[in-house]
Amino acid sequence: MLEIDVKKKLRDFDLELNIKISRGEILMLVGENGCGKTTLLNMIAGLIEPDEGTIALDGRPLFDSSIEIDIAPERRRIGYVFQSYALFPHMSVYENVAFGLRTRNLSRREIELLVRDHLTDTGLWEIRNARAMKISGGQKQRVALARALIIEPDILLLDEPLSSLDIRKQAEMRKDLREKLRSYGVPSIMVTHDLRDVACIGDRACLMERGKIVEAGRAEGVMSWASIHAEIDGEDRGSLII
Amino acid sequence: MRDIALKAGIALVICLTMAFIALPIASLFLKSSPDAVLRSMNDPAVKDALRLSITTSTLTTLIVILMGTPVAYVNARFSYFGKEMVDSLIDLPVIMPPAVAGIALLMAFGRMGIVGQHLNTFGLSIAFTTLAVIMAQVFVSSPFYIRQARTSFEDVDLSFENAARTLGATRIYAFFHVTLPIAMNGLISGAIMAFARSLGEFGATIMFAGNFQGRTQTMPLAIYTTMQGDLDVALCLALILVAISFLIIALVKNLTHRMYKNVRN
Repeated sequence: MLEIDVKKKLRDFDLELNIKISRGEILMLVGENGCGKTTLLNMIAGLIEPDEGTIALDGRPLFDSSIEIDIAPERRRIGYVFQSYALFPHMSVYENVAFGLRTRNLSRREIELLVRDHLTDTGLWEIRNARAMKISGGQKQRVALARALIIEPDILLLDEPLSSLDIRKQAEMRKDLREKLRSYGVPSIMVTHDLRDVACIGDRACLMERGKIVEAGRAEGVMSWASIHAEIDGEDRGSLII
Repeated sequence: MRDIALKAGIALVICLTMAFIALPIASLFLKSSPDAVLRSMNDPAVKDALRLSITTSTLTTLIVILMGTPVAYVNARFSYFGKEMVDSLIDLPVIMPPAVAGIALLMAFGRMGIVGQHLNTFGLSIAFTTLAVIMAQVFVSSPFYIRQARTSFEDVDLSFENAARTLGATRIYAFFHVTLPIAMNGLISGAIMAFARSLGEFGATIMFAGNFQGRTQTMPLAIYTTMQGDLDVALCLALILVAISFLIIALVKNLTHRMYKNVRN
């Protein structure tokens, strides 16, 4: 289980969150731009330090301000799919997916076998030699996911992984993504603006506003949340998609 | 009618500007005969100056890269107390007249200088040696590399480094395998600019290192010296520098184009 209880003073508001996610559970984070969703993912990944609190996985602290534990990002075993995918532009698809294995000093043979498995599984083997910046949006998304999953992470973080795809591709990818996340059985957090993602992919959903969770519940019930409807009917119509 | 007049006016200004820059360069070629240039290539002053300039400028560029890369990266990525001052100090040699740079180096590392007098007690002397040429070149050319390197590092999206970290890379591994290769075109372009500035350095070198053939007489100094005696030798040296300058501009343009293409992607 992933347990998060953190506080951080941001420029416009204080972020205060207390979340628990079981193994295999997919938590969807919804909220307007700048409410602290990506900051939370970065805190879990160790890229941003909370002011105080704890982040623990199966009782093992990743961050604990009271005993000054702050595990470095490279030692947290976290699979992170960034909003922009952050594929290394100077590397091929193969090298991008192999990157996390190379940092672990695996042998060339082991790396080749694992990368081949993952790329074949995701239908990317044919384009393994293509530069990461030359492939389509859908392919980039699959490479980013393969790169995050190949290191067998203990936690999966996905920051709007479908937002840069066209609508048809998004529908196709939702099913794929849900199956992939399900099969890995680790706690997953996915940030999205699209309530169709919440309904199709998530088990549970949280609505964030100015650094706090204002609604939480089953993903399929998300449409009944009054605050989301207020937001959709109000000025910020563009921020959430139904 | 007004539109045509405006266009003609702009065209005239462009032509005059181009002529002003191109005419002196063209004159170098027009005033020198190929025979005289080829004959001058064998002049010991030309050979010595060419060898010394290439050697010192190459060493200077290596030193600037080694010293400047960490400084540029830290200034691109982190905030710290006194950063503004460090930035201003880095830029200072660009604005400072080369003669001032020369006398400043002399006051610091000359025989009676603040550091030099202590080195002198150990029998070490820097001023008027080849080392002084390199130091003068490092002083004036380092801002060209550091400024370009900083911009190149700033252009590398932080998410690449973050992605590398979450994939198991330490800061150092992420720097060498992700940040550095992505910023490479910009760094090479900065290094070429620093090399070019070193090659053309005159004022600080003559003040701090003197003008001794084979030891401190670089190509610009040799042009200055030989033009008082044999103009053909001076023209030969000038033409070599013009050719190198053209090559450098072509290289920098090509790399800058590739760098912005990468950034856009």
